[in-house]
Amino acid sequence: MDQILLQILNGLDKGSAYALIALGLTLIFGTLGVVNFAHGALFMIGAFCAVTLQRILNISTITEDPTKTDFLGNPAKIKTPVVESWFGPEIGASIIDWSVPMAIFFAIPIMAAVGIIMERGLIKHFYKRPHADQILVTFGLAIVLQEIIKAIYGANPIPTPAPEVFRGSFDFGTYIGFEANAIIYPYWRMVYFGFSALIIAAVFAFLQFTTFGMVVRAGMADRETVGLLGINIDKRFTIMFAIAACVAGLAGVMYAPINSPNYHMGMDFLVLSFVVVVVGGMGSLPGAVLAGFLLGILEAFASMNEVKAIFPGVDQIIIYLVAIIIILTRPRGLMGRRGVMEE
Amino acid sequence: MLKLNKRDTLLFVIVTAMVLLAPFILNPFPQGSSMAQMFNAGYPDLMQRFVIFGILVIGFNILFGLTGYLSFGHAAFLGIGSYAAVWMFKLLSMNIIPALILSMIVAGIFSLAIGYVSLRRSGIYFSILTLAFAQMSYNLAYSVLGNPSSSYNLTNGETGLQLLLDDPRVLDGAAAANGSLPVTNLFGLAMRDSYNLEVGGWLFTFNVGYYLAGIIMLISFYISIRIFRSPFGMMLRAVKSNQQRMNYTGLNTKPYTLAAFVISGMYAGLAGGLLSSMDPLAGAERMHWTASGEIVIMAILGGVGTLIGPIVGAGFNEYFKNILSKINDGILHQWLSFLPDGLENFIVGILHYFVGKGWHLTLGLLFMMVIIFLPGGLVEGGQRVANMFKRKKTDDESDSNNTPAE
Repeated sequence: MDQILLQILNGLDKGSAYALIALGLTLIFGTLGVVNFAHGALFMIGAFCAVTLQRILNISTITEDPTKTDFLGNPAKIKTPVVESWFGPEIGASIIDWSVPMAIFFAIPIMAAVGIIMERGLIKHFYKRPHADQILVTFGLAIVLQEIIKAIYGANPIPTPAPEVFRGSFDFGTYIGFEANAIIYPYWRMVYFGFSALIIAAVFAFLQFTTFGMVVRAGMADRETVGLLGINIDKRFTIMFAIAACVAGLAGVMYAPINSPNYHMGMDFLVLSFVVVVVGGMGSLPGAVLAGFLLGILEAFASMNEVKAIFPGVDQIIIYLVAIIIILTRPRGLMGRRGVMEE
Repeated sequence: MLKLNKRDTLLFVIVTAMVLLAPFILNPFPQGSSMAQMFNAGYPDLMQRFVIFGILVIGFNILFGLTGYLSFGHAAFLGIGSYAAVWMFKLLSMNIIPALILSMIVAGIFSLAIGYVSLRRSGIYFSILTLAFAQMSYNLAYSVLGNPSSSYNLTNGETGLQLLLDDPRVLDGAAAANGSLPVTNLFGLAMRDSYNLEVGGWLFTFNVGYYLAGIIMLISFYISIRIFRSPFGMMLRAVKSNQQRMNYTGLNTKPYTLAAFVISGMYAGLAGGLLSSMDPLAGAERMHWTASGEIVIMAILGGVGTLIGPIVGAGFNEYFKNILSKINDGILHQWLSFLPDGLENFIVGILHYFVGKGWHLTLGLLFMMVIIFLPGGLVEGGQRVANMFKRKKTDDESDSNNTPAE
């Protein structure tokens, strides 16, 4: 029992990332009808927002301390981060420590801007072109964004630690009545899961309970009629694109401590997120979230040693296998609606 | 000639001439000059890549160009073909004929299975399904079937599958007796043998492997022309323009699309087998989905749905990849030395990101430009330029003469 719970927990963090990216993909697909191959790049840009903020906060002034010398006999150089000299050493240090959570606020305007520029500058011109062209141009964009990040930040992963209090693990099992040391779980993954649940809830609430969300849902159902009612649906869809970009970006920001950001992380997640979208059902938001968590947890189960002893390496291919089986048996995916993407 | 119409014959003759004379065409600068280091492409390794990727993209074009099904997992067949060929070198003989035949058969079987499943859906679903299959094959090759300690190590994982001295090689095992690895050959004609011809300052290299791959490419090209012009090709085009209508007329399109998928998969397998024949080492990175993306890029760059487009695209992509990755800051400074120093450093500073290791960025941007402004690829670009000159003379003929394919 505790083993099963542990694997479910292990699947949650990747599952959350899949769910968030797939949610954004589905939002874009449902509103604009575009398959966005650059969505993984948005996830990556989010992660690099965290890296950037960390670097900004670590900008230091260098002073020389004549009383100490380094091993060459020169005066030792002391780096003082600027924030520490502004806010005092203790507050400054904790600001730097909390750079990843703070990057959320840093990332939102950046991701929104990136999203709007992408939609208005490029994708807008592709609504009337065939789907293949949309896939290809966003694929090209993904390559370009990835290479730009590589040119700026280099090819190596950049460690971006979580705040001190969230490092390490805790004994989750004792809270819910298991014996000690049965379920050890890292703090940050718990935070990540809570954060993604919050974002998913916020997106659904936004679509369900606000007038803006109502209009967007109406536009997803019948774009033309909403337009005829005198509502500028294009503008709202652009904003939805920005929101989807923010969702992917925030998923990336919070993922940075789990997996050090590198330039190809977006591409790695993108393929799996597409599989998630297809399994969930193209155009179905709950389906995307459900399939994201489901596949994440399945992957965790497949990487158990007991399973691997029977089917070696099954953890590498389980997601694809499941996806293929689901598409063959339920062509619309788990929660797909009739008439979406069926030529 | 050869059951081709006049225009196709002309095209085929031009391509044949280009392939046969490539060592001259690609070496326009004398040996040793600085231009030669940069722009000469007439060395065997690169020329082989031109024609082998030509075969690959010609095959991809039969699927994507004719039926409109965008496969994002074509590199899987390339990888499968290379593994199959290397296994043939290991087990049977260093002669490349059995290796090429096996790589085509294995890739054909895989594409039959993958195509049968994937073609149940169309549009984006098809792209994502092929992508999933390709990633699955990549993972299988990279880790699951490539664990050197397990008993079913088919791919040798990260290191890649390579020849060993103690491989059985049933037919010509004795050849390895002198302690060095045997070389791939065609009935004794080693693939890496070259004949060098020096004329004045020029050095032309005629490589056996290149000419073999080139001839195979010409055959593939000929078959592709015949497919484009056949009733079968017409049917595939009909699928592209309106599959629903085809279904309404009571016609099952699945066998046609599946046949196209298998044909293009076998082309990819052949290309993979040839890659292994030139250099008997097969790695999983050939199957990664970015490799599949590169195939799509080559097809788009050249011009999808045209006959000559794939060859142009493959050549263009490989050539510029080669040049761009060779340019470094020193060469840029040399080229721009006529400018004032400050301006020179500024421009070099910007260009720095687009050359050398940044060639991916340049090709990515170029690819986007082509998709946005020239959906028909370089072939369409060439036609537009040609039309601009021609319009002055005759207005009506503008479209009839320069469309070799469509």
